[in-house]
Amino acid sequence: MDTELLLKVAVSAGKVMTVLLVLSGSVAYLVLLERKVIAFMQSRLGPRRVGPSGLLQPIADGLKLFLKEDLVPAKADKWVFTLAPVVVIIPAFAAFAVVPFSGESFDVFGLTITPWITDINIGVLYILGISSLGVFGIIMAGWASNSKYPLLGSLRSAAQLISYEVPLGLSIIGVLMIAGTASMVGIVEAQRETGWWFFVPQFVGLFIFFVSGMAETNRAPFDLPEAETELVAGFHTEYSGMKFSFFFLAEYANMILVGCVATTLFMGGWMRPFPSVEALAWLNFLDFVHPFWSGFFWFAAKLFLVIFAFLWIRATFPRYRYDQLMHLGWKVLLPLSIVNVLVTAVVMLLMNSGSSA
Amino acid sequence: METLVGIVAAATALIGAIAAVTHRNAVVGVLFLVLNLVSLAVFYVLLSAPFIAALQVILYAGAIMVLFLFIIMLLDLRREEERESGLLQKVLSVIGGGVFFLLLWGAATGGAAPAAAELPEHFGSVESIAVALFTTYLIPFETISVLLLVAMVGAVLLTRKGGR
Repeated sequence: MDTELLLKVAVSAGKVMTVLLVLSGSVAYLVLLERKVIAFMQSRLGPRRVGPSGLLQPIADGLKLFLKEDLVPAKADKWVFTLAPVVVIIPAFAAFAVVPFSGESFDVFGLTITPWITDINIGVLYILGISSLGVFGIIMAGWASNSKYPLLGSLRSAAQLISYEVPLGLSIIGVLMIAGTASMVGIVEAQRETGWWFFVPQFVGLFIFFVSGMAETNRAPFDLPEAETELVAGFHTEYSGMKFSFFFLAEYANMILVGCVATTLFMGGWMRPFPSVEALAWLNFLDFVHPFWSGFFWFAAKLFLVIFAFLWIRATFPRYRYDQLMHLGWKVLLPLSIVNVLVTAVVMLLMNSGSSA
Repeated sequence: METLVGIVAAATALIGAIAAVTHRNAVVGVLFLVLNLVSLAVFYVLLSAPFIAALQVILYAGAIMVLFLFIIMLLDLRREEERESGLLQKVLSVIGGGVFFLLLWGAATGGAAPAAAELPEHFGSVESIAVALFTTYLIPFETISVLLLVAMVGAVLLTRKGGR
């Protein structure tokens, strides 16, 4: 067999494994981070029994979920019931294939390894497409459980995800117009060329993206599909053990994904602040290890900011009512995002005609 | 490599399509249809049209099929399942299916397959499709958008039940 092809497959497989492992670890510790942050905001201490300051809590949680009995309701559709968590978690992890985690490639054994799994010229659309498949898992879970609360939860979820996908997609269009490409790496490079990160000209886009992203990941204050005071636990009421943990992991992975996309599209991805100002080059202080780590540091720092905002909002805002949810999605965010696209187009046209005249 | 991916995608597309028609449970049927649509997207990627593939997944699989599922779940389907189709319906579907099969057969076996040609530059990219839509095919494109708008206004009118 062709050795070059074999090598390519091996490198890709290695990158996929690395991303999966790091991501699983991040998801586990994101749960702890969330509990700690919210505890801090509510003047509590949060988990602190397992390990120093509760640092081993995710491991204990994982072990518990792994050992728990796996229940399938007697009247459930067994196939669909079992497949649903899988359908939820695969898109959640697969979407990370186009996220550029850093800017600098590094060499191992003479191979150049790029810090992203792949860079396709429809990267943003790939993420939109893949993540829009996750909703099927939620609907399948609700329907296959053959129980009232899950069904209601999954119907709510389907309506919510469909509604907020529209403003989410439109909020990105402004960025695509300025960048002139849909490749994730290309968008970061475009932010280097224009000199400012896209949240400056596209602050409306970032706002709409952030709000819709929260709704897409079923996060508070948009957690109606699993509103515990109304629906017990929504679409995953009947799930336990590993199957439940899949839903749980997918929700947090999706949260990280929204953070990664916001970082890449609006906040300059792996670049340090003010990438064109030479005097601030010391900000890439990890360059002495490898430029890869500087890029990764800034990417992670920006990602942390977005994630922290997610947690902050969860601790602050009460849950929306269903009609408020629909009102916000269709009557506020959608028109706003269309106006944003139009204004961006007009400004770009004026600036272009100004420069050519 | 591409042949292997193509064969797997073809197999899942066929399984999805057949199961979507034959499965007794409408919800499971729709799920198989989704499988079919996603497998078709793989074909678009293999045919160097990744943009169309992304649209196929976002629009058909991600949006339209969710609405299908939504509506099927809201309807009470148990009564629907028990209803036997009439003789006329059976005869008509056999005739319709047969004619369609003959058409496909003719298209597949008639005329030789066109020789593999070099792809034009930027084929299937977002830019080239946008340029084609907004220059060469501007009038059909805008006509379709008006058509969709009419359908939308019509749907809103119908739901108002006689109006106020």
